[in-house]
Amino acid sequence: MAVGVKPRVKVPKTAAAGDVITIKTLISHKMESGQRKDSDGNKIPRSIINTFTCDFNGQNVMSAELHGAISTNPYFQFEATVPESGEFTFTWLDDDGSIYTDTKSIAVS
Amino acid sequence: MKISNLHRFVQIAATATVAFGLASIATAQDNDKLVVNGEIEMVTRTAAPSYIDGIDEIISGWNFRTDETQALQMDDFDNSGMLGVDAAQEAWDTVQGPEQKSCATCHGNVSSMVGVRTVMPKYNEEAADLWTLEDYINNCRTERQNVEPWGYTSGPMTNMSALISVQSRGMPMNVAIDGPAAPFWEAGKELYYTRTGVLELSCASCHEQSAGLRIRADHLSQGQINGFPTYRLKNAKLNGIHARFKGCVRDTKAETYKPGGPEFHALELYVASRGNGLSVEGPSVRN
Amino acid sequence: MNFTRRDALVIGAGAATAVLLPIQAFAALSDDAEAAFTGGAATSEGGIELTAPEIAENGNTVPVSVSAPGAVSIIIIAAGNPNPDVCAFNFGPLSGSQFASTRIRLAGTQDVIAIAKMADGSFARAVSTVKVTIGGCGG
Repeated sequence: MAVGVKPRVKVPKTAAAGDVITIKTLISHKMESGQRKDSDGNKIPRSIINTFTCDFNGQNVMSAELHGAISTNPYFQFEATVPESGEFTFTWLDDDGSIYTDTKSIAVS
Repeated sequence: MKISNLHRFVQIAATATVAFGLASIATAQDNDKLVVNGEIEMVTRTAAPSYIDGIDEIISGWNFRTDETQALQMDDFDNSGMLGVDAAQEAWDTVQGPEQKSCATCHGNVSSMVGVRTVMPKYNEEAADLWTLEDYINNCRTERQNVEPWGYTSGPMTNMSALISVQSRGMPMNVAIDGPAAPFWEAGKELYYTRTGVLELSCASCHEQSAGLRIRADHLSQGQINGFPTYRLKNAKLNGIHARFKGCVRDTKAETYKPGGPEFHALELYVASRGNGLSVEGPSVRN
Repeated sequence: MNFTRRDALVIGAGAATAVLLPIQAFAALSDDAEAAFTGGAATSEGGIELTAPEIAENGNTVPVSVSAPGAVSIIIIAAGNPNPDVCAFNFGPLSGSQFASTRIRLAGTQDVIAIAKMADGSFARAVSTVKVTIGGCGG
């Protein structure tokens, strides 16, 4: 597992049923693009987060496929519909096989 | 263009701007208001302190950036520098070393650090020397925690500096330049106006005489340090003050002073004093 | 002769105007990336909005957002990057809108392209040119 990878997620704590809410995610990751060379001229192998997924109570909100052109510390902002109280699950898949997850609960009135 | 023509280039850019683009002079530094998270109001433009000769108004580097870059600092979630702050918060609470102490063991909640950043660097009576925030952090590590000091410009150090700066965000920079700090301030001022390197540029050449003009396609700021540590889009990490100084001196094509060394200590005090009155912004976001 | 602010920007950039020209070298790769997504189907203008800065202060971190009501997925392509693929967003049943925002790397001044695949199988395309400035010491 790559060291120091830490997700941050921003989700409102409460919402009304059917509301569309804004979600922001940020994860610390170098996102080595595979385009750079080291001081000896050798290509530095690609090492990125390649997939991001957001689910709510087991249903998909959105997913993203990432390539080397996503900046260091990948950031996403998007919107979700919340039909009921529950839990968001956020998943990031690393090229090296690591999986990083975070969850956030929301109370829907 | 040859790099050796850089100083001439700055002048060419200046001339071109004067001749063709008065509008662009007016927009080099804008009047946008910096409010972070919709609640922390920052002073980014104010009258220059009386002891500063070359400028009437001091302006945060934030006002020299595009709207897109500015926006990255207006919400802590959009500010990637906060990743470093989070990491430092963990370090703050982590018990370590033979003394089994964390930062919190002595200092409690990091909010106890409120105001600390505003007066750094400052004269330390006991050490009879000018100390930066980094010096205080490492002193805690070696003297209280009995662990290895952090590298002066290392990631953990810069992160911790950011965490401590956050406690003072919105407060005005207010370093002391008199009394025992005076000789350091004088030495820093001397350095600020000393031309270095093949390009023969002083700090003042770019940041006092040419602020607002372009160096290549980029706007020169006043070189204020109230926003440090700063998350740079260029290297996608937090950067400390001395690391930036080193970059600047290097760009004049000179052998640089050592980060953490006496020259940059003195220079930090002088440059900080040029920004007395601007809000602490760290961690800021710059290009 | 009248100079607009944009002219002044170009002049202000000095002799380095060459950097403001779009990179063409990777155009074929970019076409391939588009075709891989659309399967060669025609794209229409409108129905998709791509928001990107006119001038990016640093190519390492360029904020972009895409919005295409009714889309099932949207891809972003950087036509001038050595690998033009940037990312693909797929919208699930609980997406609140077909909008997403991220930060991308651009190797130089170039066209950024967004293509949305609509629920009916049609494609909408938008292009935005982003000038990536070559920094002074800051960049």
